Amino acid sequence: MSTSAARGSIPRGPATATILPQGAPNRRNTELVLLVFAVLIPLFAYADTGLAMDGRVPAGMLEYGLGMGLFALLAHLAVRRFAPYADPLMLPIAALLNGLGLVFIWRLDKARQLARNFPAAQNQLIWTGLGIALFIGVMALLKDHRLLQRYTYSAGLVALVLLAAPAFMPTRASDFGAKIWIHVGSFSIQPGEFVKIVLSVFFAGYLMAKRDALALASRRFLGLYLPRGRDLGPIIAVWLLSLLILVFETDLGTSLLFFGVFVVMLYVATERTSWILFGLLMAGLGFWAVAATEAHVQSRITDWLHPLTAAPNGGGVGQIGQSLFALGAGGVLGTGLGQGHSWLIGFAAKSDFILGTIGEELGLAGLMALFLLYALLFERGLRTALAARDPFGKLLAVGLSGAFALQVFIVAGGVTGTIPLTGMTLPFMAQGGSSVITNWALIAILLKISDVARRPAPVPETAAEPTQVLGPS
Amino acid sequence: MNKPIRRVSVFCLVLVLALMIRVNYVQGVQASSLNKNANNKRGLIEAYSYPRGQIIVGGKPVTKDIEVDGNTYKYKRGYTDGAVYAPVTGFSSQVYGSNLLENVENPILSGNDSRLFIRNTLDLLTGKPKQGGDVVTTIDPKVQQAAYTAFTSAGKKGAAVALDPTTGAILGLVSVPSYDPGTIAGSDNQAAWTSLNADKSQPMLNRALRQTYPPGSTFKLITSAAALENGVITDINAKTVSPDPYTLPQTTTTLPNEAGDNCLNVSMNDALRVSCNTVFAKIGDEVGNAKMAAEAERFGFNSSSLTIPVGVTKSNYDTNINRPSNALSSVGQFDTRATPLQMAMVAAAIANNGTLMKPYLVAQERSANVNVIDTTKPTVLSQATTPQVAQEIQTMMVNVVQNGTGTPAQISGATVGGKTGTAQHGENNSDNPYAWFVSYAKMGDKQIAVAVVVEDSNAQRDEISGSGLAAPIAKKMMEAGLGK
Repeated sequence: MSTSAARGSIPRGPATATILPQGAPNRRNTELVLLVFAVLIPLFAYADTGLAMDGRVPAGMLEYGLGMGLFALLAHLAVRRFAPYADPLMLPIAALLNGLGLVFIWRLDKARQLARNFPAAQNQLIWTGLGIALFIGVMALLKDHRLLQRYTYSAGLVALVLLAAPAFMPTRASDFGAKIWIHVGSFSIQPGEFVKIVLSVFFAGYLMAKRDALALASRRFLGLYLPRGRDLGPIIAVWLLSLLILVFETDLGTSLLFFGVFVVMLYVATERTSWILFGLLMAGLGFWAVAATEAHVQSRITDWLHPLTAAPNGGGVGQIGQSLFALGAGGVLGTGLGQGHSWLIGFAAKSDFILGTIGEELGLAGLMALFLLYALLFERGLRTALAARDPFGKLLAVGLSGAFALQVFIVAGGVTGTIPLTGMTLPFMAQGGSSVITNWALIAILLKISDVARRPAPVPETAAEPTQVLGPS
Repeated sequence: MNKPIRRVSVFCLVLVLALMIRVNYVQGVQASSLNKNANNKRGLIEAYSYPRGQIIVGGKPVTKDIEVDGNTYKYKRGYTDGAVYAPVTGFSSQVYGSNLLENVENPILSGNDSRLFIRNTLDLLTGKPKQGGDVVTTIDPKVQQAAYTAFTSAGKKGAAVALDPTTGAILGLVSVPSYDPGTIAGSDNQAAWTSLNADKSQPMLNRALRQTYPPGSTFKLITSAAALENGVITDINAKTVSPDPYTLPQTTTTLPNEAGDNCLNVSMNDALRVSCNTVFAKIGDEVGNAKMAAEAERFGFNSSSLTIPVGVTKSNYDTNINRPSNALSSVGQFDTRATPLQMAMVAAAIANNGTLMKPYLVAQERSANVNVIDTTKPTVLSQATTPQVAQEIQTMMVNVVQNGTGTPAQISGATVGGKTGTAQHGENNSDNPYAWFVSYAKMGDKQIAVAVVVEDSNAQRDEISGSGLAAPIAKKMMEAGLGK
């Protein structure tokens, strides 16, 4: 009771509207202060790693600090200029994760045992720069997220092409089984990463249009609303697509991610629990059918169930076993930056398995903090979905945040042996250009949605006006 | 749409919670078992990332740490005079594990012993690199080298152990043929390991501690002690009633004397001097199996728990056997088996007036900065026999060296007592016998007890005797021990 008395004069809105119109501060200064920490913490980590591995502060310390500081500042100024009311936490968390990822990649570059690999930290820094540029670009060019709704079906088409492309590409030895890359010369991208955003746009637009039909036109059976046969079309189409990805690209992670995101968005759009049950059922069926026939999937499951079984050629345990060894070696407090042996995991130490290094060198304490950072980031995204006033924005925010959360769970779960391993990248942390760029764009879109949602007074509809590109005058 | 969004938020938090529970389980609960997993290389990488402590003989290390430019390991183990000291140090390999002192003293050598905790913590705080502690052995390098050279220059196989009778300190521990543990210390020595294991002469077998031999006539020392203690013989110079040859009790099997003549009704002293089987088989029969076994056990037989701190193989004297078997066992045949260390303990107990000191190989354990952590104090293992009986046996042993089968072991200016042995082995005695010599020497305040066994498959059968093969090696070791 005392709480309501204290709130006293603040008028409370209806139960569904969680954002109150108020002349509240826009929290840009909070973001700036947090960003300072987000730049300083990786900087100290960088110095610590250098001291541990070489006994001196790394030579590039100043440049790195200035570079990351500049990136963060530019991103912050873009937010100030183009999305002044955006959520203040997302950018600092993303910057912190990205910075820490760079330190860990640099640290693994220095492991002599992995020296056959190319040094990746510099490339990752360049990709980070491009990611930030894309972030600023989205901030400046995407005046309102509702513009994206116009491209619903183009997005669907693009997603389909991007998803299908790797299946028709020749594989390379360096792909290690999963066909998820498109190679153009020495340049390679993982289209699955970009599709995450494009497909969310398509789902959000499509479900926006069809939600009433999906939600209302259904028969009640055993307390559940069962969908009509003709409404099952889209869900079966996405289901089949996921299975095709699984079969032809042997990419369990992407398949699981897209189907999961679709079911979540369907559930949010229709508010019908039956879709979840239906989705789970179909996912289970599909997975069971593929697992029974695909050797690739079967071996992943075997590795998951018996991670410590030594490889038949006497080469010690497999990657998951090595990853568990790394986690075990870290224990509660970790070995300290630069002082672990997670290079034993092998070629994927910098990409899929970077969590193993974090777990070994920062320990359980570090991993818990990292998981909390991720949780905070996608929960801010879901908070944005709650706050958004338009259904499209809500769905898009749910889709993007859900995809982010699922990806974190799928990759971290695989590396820690929680679920079978799938080849995915840990957002912002793992080495990989496609991933870094995509995730920065994803954060930018979420920030744009949150800007609209948190704006004190509802803005007039601008979607109908012709698009106008504003240069930084 | 807000209700489902809230539920999705909770679902996403549950996903994170699942990850958190999982890493808590892996890093908290499973961590120690993961760290101990045989396929986890971290322990080895850590162990070879800083200098291991040294094993020290006569003030100088016989081990060293070699810096290697490997991707995985920073150091590997090396050995000086590896073949000479291999039965002491053992090996420490990055692939094949470790044994002997390298194994049992690993906590000190690796610097991970709990007694080094404060030292390590201080080093960590002051930023000093981690280093293992040292193990100081009791080995006298002169004795060790003398024995090894005596074996190899004569081209013989076998083992020798020398003890300080008054303390139990092991002065020499030799096994030939030997090997250089450094050849299998690194991460890429598979060929060396394979060929060492395939070698028919078993260079990696520690014959001094881990191989038992029939002790043959040297066991008569224990039979003598049992006879004197139990009143079967009251005067070592009095004539006994001993037929030649002796028919084993309850059988028609006769036991001859290898030594040949002069064993009919001789005194125990003379019987030991010329090594009469008949006299001692009959004495052993009169003492009886229970009392013979009890005597042997007081000298250390039938104990599988002896550690020096390296584990020592059990020497055997059968209990609960019939009279003919016991009579044969009393002259060191049948199932009686002893390690060279065991027979050195017998000589040492007699030289030390009946008190058997616990043999030990490690004099001190030290931290890396030469602070002594632990010094081994000599301890009594058992009162093997009475001082009076021990002195009577000493008299007989001196007689052996002065007038009997042990003359090659005489050292001028020193009191030397000994006993030869030629132990039969193989099916129906088909293989070449083992030549034994068990002895002690005293000069001034210096004492040393020695057991030598020579396996010699090359020599002519009738040339093999404790006197001819083993006694000269024992003599060289005793001279080195006495400083002559």
